[in-house]
Amino acid sequence: MSSYAIELRNQLVGLAGIVERNVYLTKRYFLWDLEFMVWTIANTLTIVFIARATGLAAAAENRLATNLLVGAVIWAFLGIIFEFVTETVAWERWEGTIEYTFMAPISRPVHLFGMAAFAVLYGLVRATILFFAVVAFIGLHIPSANYGAALALLAIASLSFMGIGIMTSVLPLVSPEKGAQLGFIAQGLMLVVSGVYYPVTVMPEWMQWVSKVSPATYALRGDRASIVSGAGMAWADVWPLLIIAVAATPIGLAVFRIGERYAKRHGKLKRSG
Amino acid sequence: MSTFVSPHKSSTRLRRNVPAVEVRDLRKTFRRRDRKAGRFARKREWPALSDVTFTIERGECVAILGQNGSGKSTLVRLLSTLLINDAGEARIFGHDAFKEERVIRRLVNRVSVEASFFKKMSAAENLSYAARFYGMGPRQTREAIPAILEQVGFPADRRGESMENLSRGMQQKVALARALLTSPVLLLLDEPTTGLDPRSKLEVQDFIRQVRAEHDATILLCTHDMGEAEALADRVGLLDRGRLLFLEPVEDVKRRFGVQTLEEAFFAATGREFEAEHDEDDEIREVFG
Repeated sequence: MSSYAIELRNQLVGLAGIVERNVYLTKRYFLWDLEFMVWTIANTLTIVFIARATGLAAAAENRLATNLLVGAVIWAFLGIIFEFVTETVAWERWEGTIEYTFMAPISRPVHLFGMAAFAVLYGLVRATILFFAVVAFIGLHIPSANYGAALALLAIASLSFMGIGIMTSVLPLVSPEKGAQLGFIAQGLMLVVSGVYYPVTVMPEWMQWVSKVSPATYALRGDRASIVSGAGMAWADVWPLLIIAVAATPIGLAVFRIGERYAKRHGKLKRSG
Repeated sequence: MSTFVSPHKSSTRLRRNVPAVEVRDLRKTFRRRDRKAGRFARKREWPALSDVTFTIERGECVAILGQNGSGKSTLVRLLSTLLINDAGEARIFGHDAFKEERVIRRLVNRVSVEASFFKKMSAAENLSYAARFYGMGPRQTREAIPAILEQVGFPADRRGESMENLSRGMQQKVALARALLTSPVLLLLDEPTTGLDPRSKLEVQDFIRQVRAEHDATILLCTHDMGEAEALADRVGLLDRGRLLFLEPVEDVKRRFGVQTLEEAFFAATGREFEAEHDEDDEIREVFG
C-alpha cells in the first residue's frame, strides 16, 4: 500500500474510533439518555399544547400544533449537533483526555467530522422518537406528511449545521470556563432568526435578512412544507443549504485551526485549561 | 521473546543515525496577570523554559528532575505537540516538533501524572479508542489489547469494568498500556508514579525497566522522585525554574559537586533544599506547565 493509502486508512480508522467511543458512552449513559429524552418530550409538549389554548377550529389547531412540533423537533436536533460538536473540546477536558486526543496523529478535520457524524446519527434517532412520541400523545392528524422528503432535507441541513457547529466548537478551546455556554448562545441566535415557532415574515426586516444566511430557516421551511402539506423536497430550500454547507465547513475548520494554535501558544490545551 | 505488540503499519518513516531527541535553546514563556498587582494590572511574562539544550540518543533513558513548577511538564507538552515554542528548536528523530506535528505524533506517546480516561468506559474500551487514533483497527486491537493488559499485570476479569471503579495504581497501569499499545519510539513519562502506593510504584518502575529491555523505545522520564530517577535512568538532568542545570550520568553529577546524593547535588547547584517551599513564580509556572 502506498503511504497515502495507509494514511487514508489510518484516518478512516480514527474516524470510526470516535463514532465507536460515542456508542460506548451512549450505552454507559443509557439511563441518562432516557431521562433526557423524557425531558425533551415534556419540553416539546409544553410548546405544542399552546395550539390547544388558541381556541382555533380543529383543523387550524392541528396545523398550528404540527408547525410548532416541527420547530421543536428541529430545535432539539440542532441542539444535539451543537452540543456534541461544541463539546468536542469541553467533554475531553472534563474527562481529562484532551491532551491524549490532541497529541494523537488523527487530523483535526477527521476528528471533528467524527464527532459531527455521530451527532447527526444520534440526533436523527432522537428527533424521530421525539416527533412520533408527541404526535401520539397529542393525537395529531398528519395523513399527508412526506416523511422521506423531511428526513432527506434534514440530512442535507446537517451538513450546514456541522460546519457552523465546528466554528462554535473552538469556543471551549479559547475560553475553557464559558466557551460551551457561548456555543449554546450561537444556537439560540440561529433559531430565533430562523422562525423556529413562527414564520420569518413576522420578524423585523433586518432579522429577515439575517435569516437568509441561517441554514435552520430552510430546514424549518422545507420540513414544515413536507410534514404539514406533504410537499416534496424543494430546490429553493436545498441549494441555499448546500451553499451554506460548502462555505461553513472550511470556515469552521479554519476557525478551529486558529483557535487550536492560540490554545497551544497560551497553554490552554490541557485538562484544567 | 518479547510479548509487546508489534508496531502497526504506519506511513511514518523513522530516520536512522539521528538522535532520538535534540533540543536546542528551547524557550517557552507564559503571560499572566500578577495576582498582587490587581485585576487590571498588565500581564507579566513568566518563563517556563529558558534556553534549554540537550540531546537524547536512541534507546537511552533520561530522567529530568525538578520541583513542581520547574518546567518539566512544559518540556513534555512541547515535545508532544501540545504547546508551541517561543524560541529555539526541538527535533524528534530528526523531525521538527513544531512543524512536522503529524509525524511527531506517530512517534511519541506519553504517560502523565493523571491517568486521564473516559471514566465510564472500561479499560479495554479506552484502549480501543486510543488505538483507533493510531490506525489500529478492530482486528489488531482484538488481540493486542488483552496482550498488553496482561503484560502490565492488569487482571483479565476487570477489563470490562468502568475506569472509575479501578484504583489509582490500576489506572496508571492502563495508562502505561495505552502508551505502549501504539508502539511509540519515544515515550514521555511525566511523573508516572506520583501518588501511587509503594507497591504500585515498584510495579510501574519494574514495567518501565521491562519496556527498556524488550521494546525499541527511548524514554524521557520527568520526575521529582530522585530515587526513581537514579534507579531507572542512564543520565539525570536537573531542571530548575526553567533552566537545565546539568544532564549527566548520576555518578558524574555526584563527582562534579563532590556529594553523595542527588539531593545534595541539587542543593549544591541551586543553594536551596529540593523540597523547599516554592514561591509564587514557581506556582504560576506550575499552573501553566
